[in-house]
Amino acid sequence: MGQTMTEKILSRAAGRRVRPGEIAEVAVDLVMTNDITAPLSIREFKKTGLERVFDPSKVVFVPDHFVPAKDIKAAEQAKVMREFALEQGAVYFEVGRAGIEHVVLPENGLTLPGQVIIGADSHTCTYGAFNAFATGMGSTDIAAAMALGTTWVRVPPTIKLVYHGTLPEGIGGKDLILYTIGQIGVDGALYSVMEFTGPVIDALDMDSRIAMANMAIEAGAKTGIFACDDRTREWLARVADRPYEPVDSDPDAEYAKVIEFDVSNLKPLVALPHLPSNVYPADEVGDLPIDQVVIGSCTNGRISDLREVAKILKGRQVHPNVRCIIIPGSQEVAKQATKEGLADIFLEAGAVFSTSTCGPCLGGYMGILAKGERCVSTTNRNFRGRMGHREAEIILAGPQVAAASAVLGRVASPAALN
Amino acid sequence: MLIRGKVWKFGDDIDTDVIIPARYLVTIDPAELAKHVMEDIDPSFAGKVQPGDIIVAGKNFGCGSSREHAPMAIKGAGVAAVVAESYARIFFRNAINIGLPVIEAADAAREAENGDILEIDTDEGYVLNTRTGKSYPTARYDAYIQDIIDAGGLMEAVTRRVQARRGEQQVS
Repeated sequence: MGQTMTEKILSRAAGRRVRPGEIAEVAVDLVMTNDITAPLSIREFKKTGLERVFDPSKVVFVPDHFVPAKDIKAAEQAKVMREFALEQGAVYFEVGRAGIEHVVLPENGLTLPGQVIIGADSHTCTYGAFNAFATGMGSTDIAAAMALGTTWVRVPPTIKLVYHGTLPEGIGGKDLILYTIGQIGVDGALYSVMEFTGPVIDALDMDSRIAMANMAIEAGAKTGIFACDDRTREWLARVADRPYEPVDSDPDAEYAKVIEFDVSNLKPLVALPHLPSNVYPADEVGDLPIDQVVIGSCTNGRISDLREVAKILKGRQVHPNVRCIIIPGSQEVAKQATKEGLADIFLEAGAVFSTSTCGPCLGGYMGILAKGERCVSTTNRNFRGRMGHREAEIILAGPQVAAASAVLGRVASPAALN
Repeated sequence: MLIRGKVWKFGDDIDTDVIIPARYLVTIDPAELAKHVMEDIDPSFAGKVQPGDIIVAGKNFGCGSSREHAPMAIKGAGVAAVVAESYARIFFRNAINIGLPVIEAADAAREAENGDILEIDTDEGYVLNTRTGKSYPTARYDAYIQDIIDAGGLMEAVTRRVQARRGEQQVS
């Protein structure tokens, strides 16, 4: 019996052949935390009595959630992390030279095929787009890995998702993953790996793959994963100067389930409150006026997302009743958006264009919703209270729907602009 | 371990944003977090829950973010255990790591009502609903996970290993 790509990565990291269901101790290639989760990890790490982390070149700290610091307590948490990172000689990305962790790490060539990556952030599964086994854990698990260089995993079963057909123009990775979660539910892949395959995936650009892997957690998955192909290698050639060892699933690998979709007729989608699985076509939700649009996050804050938004906002104005907040995923994305003239388009349209932060996605700052307000957001979660007041509404969408909604002042697809 | 407590019942897909909203993630003090536990699903919960009470919920409890602050807030409020139909995996790990008992018992969770008294015996492996008299068997944890529980939490287990490794180095 063959193995899935996930089983191969975990077998390699465990030093023995492992099977789904068993618990294995695996070596980690990268351990990451952020300004919210690091203080707890650092406190727990110190309990071991160790003075040094197992390998500072493999331990990464990214301030991104509440920075530039939103208040004194946030500043103090970021300070705890900064001081520990510098003292350890670990990998550290400062404000103004970095951005959102899941945008920054790939940009810096730190997430490579075949690796085991764990992070104290649930969207660590993003790196599955690069053929890595990457999963989120809590601060204490991360502290243990910082000490030992290993972690334990229950080897997950794999669900194979096969996407057939041809993707219509203007439909991207966000629509594909919202569609998938709408089909299987928020616990449809609980404890499992979602392996994304098929002709549609083969033809999909990396930023779309990243958006899909990012939201695997929203279906309850341990992670999402893609094969390493020419697009992956081309993307990595720009940023990574280290060799890597991709893995592919064997033809006779065993899957817990195989789910096939034909996505030739897919429409621009939204997820209505309060679950990411509450998915409808954007043009079929009726007249839903909005107060705010947020474009950015680890899901859709990359340059290709901003290019799609600029195409729609160029020569148009944000609706008078709407605050449109555009947040590049990283300093690199911000620089590129400025260079290409996208920032000018956003500012001329009446949108906010800020420095990189997770800010509003988790209700931190930079766009908190008041009671009764409604927001279209390119982020990944629309749970109650996530972006502010518990009686506010978050509607998830891809960048095109978000931009069209900003112009029209209601939930809408780009087709409604004409 | 024997736990006996009053039930607070919640539904499916209780996410970490309602267990502890992100606006409170500027501290790692359990007592401070406990003041806001479950605030966005029941703003009065933190004022009502008593030490020793039990949270009972449906499917996929703790879904969403990796914030360990979620089980910390629950434990900080004095909740003795969570019984649910199923758990999101990161929450489950976090709870085990910090010593919050999490029991997967689908029927017991479904059939329990607000205010019921549950008796949980983690050694014998059952949940008893004292109102109905019905007892539900529960599965044992994997040996690996039981070792973490027995050590008193993940860092206690890791610290033992680190110390053992040091001891070996000194001998050699």
